[in-house]
Amino acid sequence: MTGAVLELRGLHKAFGALVVTDGIDLDLHRGECHALIGPNGAGKTTLINQISGALQPDAGRISFEGRDVTDLSVADRAVAGLGRSFQITSILPDFTVLENVALAAQRRDGSSFRFLGRAARETRLNDAAMEALGQLGLETRADVVAGALSYGEKRLLELAIAIAGQPHVLLLDEPMAGMGRAESESLTATLLGIKKRYPILLIEHDMEAVFQLADRVSVLVAGAIVASGTPDEVRTDPQARAAYLGDDHTGDAA
Amino acid sequence: MSGASHAVAAPPARPRSALVVAGIIFAALALIPIVAEFAGGAYLTSLAVRAMILAIVAISLDLLMGHGGLVSFGHSAFVAIGAYAAGIMLTEGVYEITLILPVAMGAAALFALASGAVCMRTSGVSFIMITLAFGQMVYFALGSLAQYGADDGLTIWSAPDALGTKWLASKTGVYVTVLIALVGTWALVHRITGSRFGRVLRAARQNPVRVSSMGYSVFRYRLTAYVIAGMIAAVAGVLWATHAAFVSPSLGSWQRSGDLIVMVVLGGMATRNGALIGALFFIVIEEVLSSITHDWRLIFGPLLILIALYARGGLVGLLDRIQGDRT
Repeated sequence: MTGAVLELRGLHKAFGALVVTDGIDLDLHRGECHALIGPNGAGKTTLINQISGALQPDAGRISFEGRDVTDLSVADRAVAGLGRSFQITSILPDFTVLENVALAAQRRDGSSFRFLGRAARETRLNDAAMEALGQLGLETRADVVAGALSYGEKRLLELAIAIAGQPHVLLLDEPMAGMGRAESESLTATLLGIKKRYPILLIEHDMEAVFQLADRVSVLVAGAIVASGTPDEVRTDPQARAAYLGDDHTGDAA
Repeated sequence: MSGASHAVAAPPARPRSALVVAGIIFAALALIPIVAEFAGGAYLTSLAVRAMILAIVAISLDLLMGHGGLVSFGHSAFVAIGAYAAGIMLTEGVYEITLILPVAMGAAALFALASGAVCMRTSGVSFIMITLAFGQMVYFALGSLAQYGADDGLTIWSAPDALGTKWLASKTGVYVTVLIALVGTWALVHRITGSRFGRVLRAARQNPVRVSSMGYSVFRYRLTAYVIAGMIAAVAGVLWATHAAFVSPSLGSWQRSGDLIVMVVLGGMATRNGALIGALFFIVIEEVLSSITHDWRLIFGPLLILIALYARGGLVGLLDRIQGDRT
């Protein structure tokens, strides 16, 4: 076994009296897509925010590729190789689609403390950006101002930005959020391709997507993991069903 | 493959016409000394020098405000630092401009680094207030320099040497130098905003959370922009001291900083010529109105409100719309 690329140990976080992360241990292995499911308010995004560095855990340790990153800033973790997408679309609305992604590529291509050369004319950055856009089928929209994209396209751009940074691990926070059925089916197919290249920690409500993509599923309820296993194991796990699957979501999320 | 066809991302609206407009403005400024021979005289050239120096400062502020989203309410402090560096050195017998400039810029850079490291930890209204506070600190500190005129200011008795020549002792020399500095600043800031660095800065204005999760330390880029803008403003301060042969703490007053913000917004933020046009327009209007009435601000205020209401994107936005209607 190659071991875990991302390890959470005893992670704990509370906002006042509200415990949002309650002693979480979680591993993400190389070549694996690990899905995190759970009802709204279970603390999924809070957990992703602690992994990406946006929130500091009260206790516990996060190690990434064998290195303790618990005290690193968001930017430093991204440089280390933790790429993320956001549940609420987070793009640069005034830039073109190409420039959104080229900026992510720029981080991997030497210093950004260059003051005179024209960044928009750097073909290496633009080519890298076009490649990432191509993976998501956005290449024909490269010259559109990102704020003018449709909702579904913005969701794809969100992913293109994450991929263009050449992360070692992708943290995807509800990539299908707000998408129609056809859109999320096509995105699932795209993610099946992307999955071969990056380990993915996936938060998703769309159960069909989760069961197609995930090698392992963990169920988060009230800040704690109540069940973890293969998709089939979790599907039949009584605790997981009671907590989540059998409740308001039955296989196919609304 | 696709690189060539996407060589230029996000071309600014009408880049060519922006260049033409700038060309016309610079040519007009270059002609003013000649016109002044026939009408206006020293008054006109002096007004133009003042306007150009303020335009340099406004352009540097636009790098922060327009492109970086950092509304600094203390930018005139950097002008004052540059002006006092020149004033003090000239008083103490250091006349060479090639020594004065680096010292002025270095002093501004140091102050920008120290104060910026604090300011950049805040945002929004807090940022405005804390830059204002640092600006006031400079204002009062300069006013307490008893050996250099304190509140009354410092008269400079000799013009700086330029590589041993008396170029800057002549009105023409000062005029040409200020014009070159203005064109240089205009070109430099445009290059910076289009560079890798500028791209990160502009992105951080739109969405700092996204930019940091891409792996950029937003703090470092903003602080660097603050230092660059401060150094440019200090150069303007040196030019001011050279032109006016007098410096006073009021150069760094918060009203001055407020005027600079008005100039940038008036002209149009984060546009190629907005800060330039805003500064020139501001000075011309101020001059015209104050020659008509002592209470010129009573007219200027409502005028600003009208522009803010009806010319979103400032004067440059207004020009673009007029042009758009015609074509």
